[in-house]
Amino acid sequence: MVKGLASYWRLIPQRYNLIGTRCKNCGEKFFPPRKLCPKCRRAGEIEKFKFSGNGEIYSYTIIHTAPEGFEFQRPYVMAIIKLDEGPWVTSQIVDCKPEDVEIGKKVRMVFRKIIAGGKEGTIRYGYKFKLVD
Amino acid sequence: MNENRVAIIGIGMTKFGELWDYSYRDLITEAGIKAITDAGIEGEDIQELYVGSMSPGLFAGQEHIGALVADYSGLSGIPATRVEAACASGGLALRQAFLSIKSGRNDIVVAGGVEKMTDVPTGAAMMALMGAGDEQWEAFQGITFPALYALMARRHMKEYGTTLEQISEVSVKNHYNAQFNEYAQFRFEVSLEEVMDSPPVAEPLRLLHCSPITDGSAVVILASEKKARELKDEPIWISASALATDSLALHDRKSLSRMDSVILAAKKAYKQAGIEIKDIDFLEVHDCFSIAEILAIEGLGFCKLGEGGILTEEGQTKIDGDIPVNPSGGLKGKGHPVGTTGISQAVEATLQLRGEAGKRQVKDAEIGLIQNVGGSGATCVIHILSRG
Repeated sequence: MVKGLASYWRLIPQRYNLIGTRCKNCGEKFFPPRKLCPKCRRAGEIEKFKFSGNGEIYSYTIIHTAPEGFEFQRPYVMAIIKLDEGPWVTSQIVDCKPEDVEIGKKVRMVFRKIIAGGKEGTIRYGYKFKLVD
Repeated sequence: MNENRVAIIGIGMTKFGELWDYSYRDLITEAGIKAITDAGIEGEDIQELYVGSMSPGLFAGQEHIGALVADYSGLSGIPATRVEAACASGGLALRQAFLSIKSGRNDIVVAGGVEKMTDVPTGAAMMALMGAGDEQWEAFQGITFPALYALMARRHMKEYGTTLEQISEVSVKNHYNAQFNEYAQFRFEVSLEEVMDSPPVAEPLRLLHCSPITDGSAVVILASEKKARELKDEPIWISASALATDSLALHDRKSLSRMDSVILAAKKAYKQAGIEIKDIDFLEVHDCFSIAEILAIEGLGFCKLGEGGILTEEGQTKIDGDIPVNPSGGLKGKGHPVGTTGISQAVEATLQLRGEAGKRQVKDAEIGLIQNVGGSGATCVIHILSRG
């Protein structure tokens, strides 16, 4: 769906630099960021937390039927990555052949173009991951 | 326990498929008339209605479905509510109608489901469906619904050794069953080879592991115990209605190889109904992708976690097996008009329990369980239906 730029703009720090949050009360780290700790709820205290961008592949799929705006990338690898700090994140694995991807392989975050959105073709950037040699 | 029981006294549904000459209102009106006729009541008897619909706004530019349905059913004036929980919207509508009667406020309430998915191009329909996941942190990255289930399938295969052949056997069985269902979208068989060789959609899942885009509607009429006994010799009873939720995004789950919302809802449902797993004669489960049927039978407790593929491969889930699963053809064979699915499961279970399911009849069916899932497992609604 084509949405206004604000919906993209407000998440730029999180998407460009993998900035999530952490609950000072229980120590739990969140990516995607949460403004309420699900465990401590109102007793929690949330602060920003920057993730290292290192992790490993927990599961992956090779997408052949792509959503609008992603067709030209087909086939591409989409994975759930287990970040070293704990949380899982959904992201593409790039700069490799799909057959090189395996569960357990180490990856690190890279900054990439995600999609050119809307009639104006505004480019939206964010995180993807690549295999660590 | 059985104080103010709730019964299903009428059922109706449209054919499922690409129904070019039907709109949202046409679909549910047809299903509704059938259900009211089947119940043997008049429109004036209906006190309230709930309709499950996932995304009429994105599929047809039409919101405000509750009032629309009341209007075109000639019931304007009665309370009408649309409920939404993605692909579990139908199950949720059934639950709301059940609770409405259980509360003692009403005696006859309608639960409907309706979805019209083919008025937009496939790409737009896929995007609407992706709204069942996390828009900000899943859809933005370019993931699709088949891909979310593929991530689960991949972990299931890794952790338990489940094979793609076992997952494919779900599609083979459900297509086989759908042949005998006059409402089904795909009334033809597919072979294991055809499933395995179908085009990849999101590996390891292929086209014939995916339920289709479907138009269709289903309606059930619920009644209080008193009314049901007045109107029907053998009403079908709803002995449990359970709802559980989990994280919206797949990446926030504790595990990818099981669905905790299913496990939680099942526990609640068995307790409410006061039954054990062995008492259940058949299941209608949410096989939006074939791996989901395996996750369902495991989560519902019909085998240990990880053994769903083996159970399927052994043929135990066929109509004449130990625990028939999706005699209707399931979402794969019957079709999956998202907001309708939960209600159509109730229609199938009622037909089975009445002994009116024809060639797909499960022998001596006394108790059936229906399981409806929203998104990648963020919502699970379970109902248990019985003859006695």
